[in-house]
Amino acid sequence: MNTTNELSVRRLDAKGGDGKSAVAVKDLHKSFGSQKVLKGVTLTVGSGETLAVLGRSGTGKSVLLRIIIGLEKTDSGSVCIQGQEISFLSLDELGGVRKKMGFLFQSAALYDSLTVAENVAFPLQHHRREMSKSEQQDRVRTLLAEVGLEGHLEKMPADISGGMQKRVGLARALALDPDILLLDEPTAGLDPISSSEINDLVLKLQAEHHMASIVVTHDLHSAKTIADRLALLDKGEVVIEGSFEELEKSDIEFVRDFLKNS
Amino acid sequence: MSSTASSTDGLMSGFLAWFGELGLFFWNVSKAAVTPPFEFRELFRQLDEIGSKSLPLVALAGAATGVVLSLEARYSLTRFGAKSLLPAAIVFSVIHETGPIITGLVVSGRVGAGIGAELASMKVTEQIDAIEASAVNPYRLLAATRILACILMLPLLTLASDLCGVLMGWVAQASVESLSFHQFINSGFKGADFNDFLPPTFKTTVFGLIIGLIACFQGMRTQGGAAGVGRAATSSVVLSSLFVILADVVLVKFILIFFP
Repeated sequence: MNTTNELSVRRLDAKGGDGKSAVAVKDLHKSFGSQKVLKGVTLTVGSGETLAVLGRSGTGKSVLLRIIIGLEKTDSGSVCIQGQEISFLSLDELGGVRKKMGFLFQSAALYDSLTVAENVAFPLQHHRREMSKSEQQDRVRTLLAEVGLEGHLEKMPADISGGMQKRVGLARALALDPDILLLDEPTAGLDPISSSEINDLVLKLQAEHHMASIVVTHDLHSAKTIADRLALLDKGEVVIEGSFEELEKSDIEFVRDFLKNS
Repeated sequence: MSSTASSTDGLMSGFLAWFGELGLFFWNVSKAAVTPPFEFRELFRQLDEIGSKSLPLVALAGAATGVVLSLEARYSLTRFGAKSLLPAAIVFSVIHETGPIITGLVVSGRVGAGIGAELASMKVTEQIDAIEASAVNPYRLLAATRILACILMLPLLTLASDLCGVLMGWVAQASVESLSFHQFINSGFKGADFNDFLPPTFKTTVFGLIIGLIACFQGMRTQGGAAGVGRAATSSVVLSSLFVILADVVLVKFILIFFP
């Protein structure tokens, strides 16, 4: 009989992942009540690779990302992070895996009672207790400088723009120097210039930190700019996966419609 | 007829589901509370938030209760020719019942609503998810610290309420007849022992557990935006007040049996 620990370290087969993949999800199913959101999604992301998950609103893109970081439980299927199955881990065990991951929420989800600097310092205060306060402050300044917000340390989240909030969220996601970065609609609700700045920022950070990234978006331009590979989701299923050129050559009607209207 | 039966079934299953989820929540919080890393900084912040900041309100409520008790008891006891028992009636009423229950209800209103609304707001704006995504256990950081602070602070706040109640009881009595504080205390505490004082004070730890647990539970399970936050704040106060009163009934009986 498999124990939880045995299941926790279970490796996937070649299709779902081989232990070298940064993220490997296999045959994911998820329903909310009678609504089936994911119907057998299988995807892998290699180390240093960026995958953009595209699709119309309500096709389960954000749910997929929340399942990968363990904020939602799957009905069936498996999620492996660097070869480790996470579906059966307790909250504290999952914490160990989450330290390797950074997550940018669609709404940025900054702690509204903390300043910008305190928001970025939050993961450090909890997981880098060996760092002195001044070392933590230096790290926060470095991270905020990386996202171009070095002059806004003491501002409250409510006092900065949506684009700046996303940057702070990004700095917070990078605080623990993660191996995997998950971005949920990084450019949603931003003007074209701010979107372009966020795209450039993500590209710069990927080049500097060599992380595996999954970007959930319905912004084709952003996906094309940031990602090495794209996966198009429709009605909870992956319709096509490949480079932008491969998507362009596809004769699947939904893919053609999506590209035409984006 | 059948619709009445099915709505009763629905109510019953909702009631049982709520208790089941509350039990699971309590288990998760208990596990998180006894395993490291311990969130001492947040605990101290909550001790201040729940304890120090509730003190003026609790003291005022205790003082008002002392005055009312003194006025009412004076009238009743004079009618029955037992005016000399007035200090004892005030002291025993305050320490045995009014101090603890008034403190429980005041804290339930102030702290229950505060915790419920704060956590609900964090929940609907994904801040609790962000805490979890940062590999921090929200049961440990948010719930365990607040519940523990409620448990630790309720007896201390009760002492403050008792003190203000007795003091203002004396002031109310001294304003209508000459009676020194020394005489009032001597007469009031005559025949009293620790069994009169400790069990009623420490029963408020149970009130603290109820207030903290229900407010955190209602806050962290909130759904549905601003309306959900409002519902969480209201239900935190209503349910915690209700359960404090119900717990008081059980605890009074328990204290009378085991500390006669």
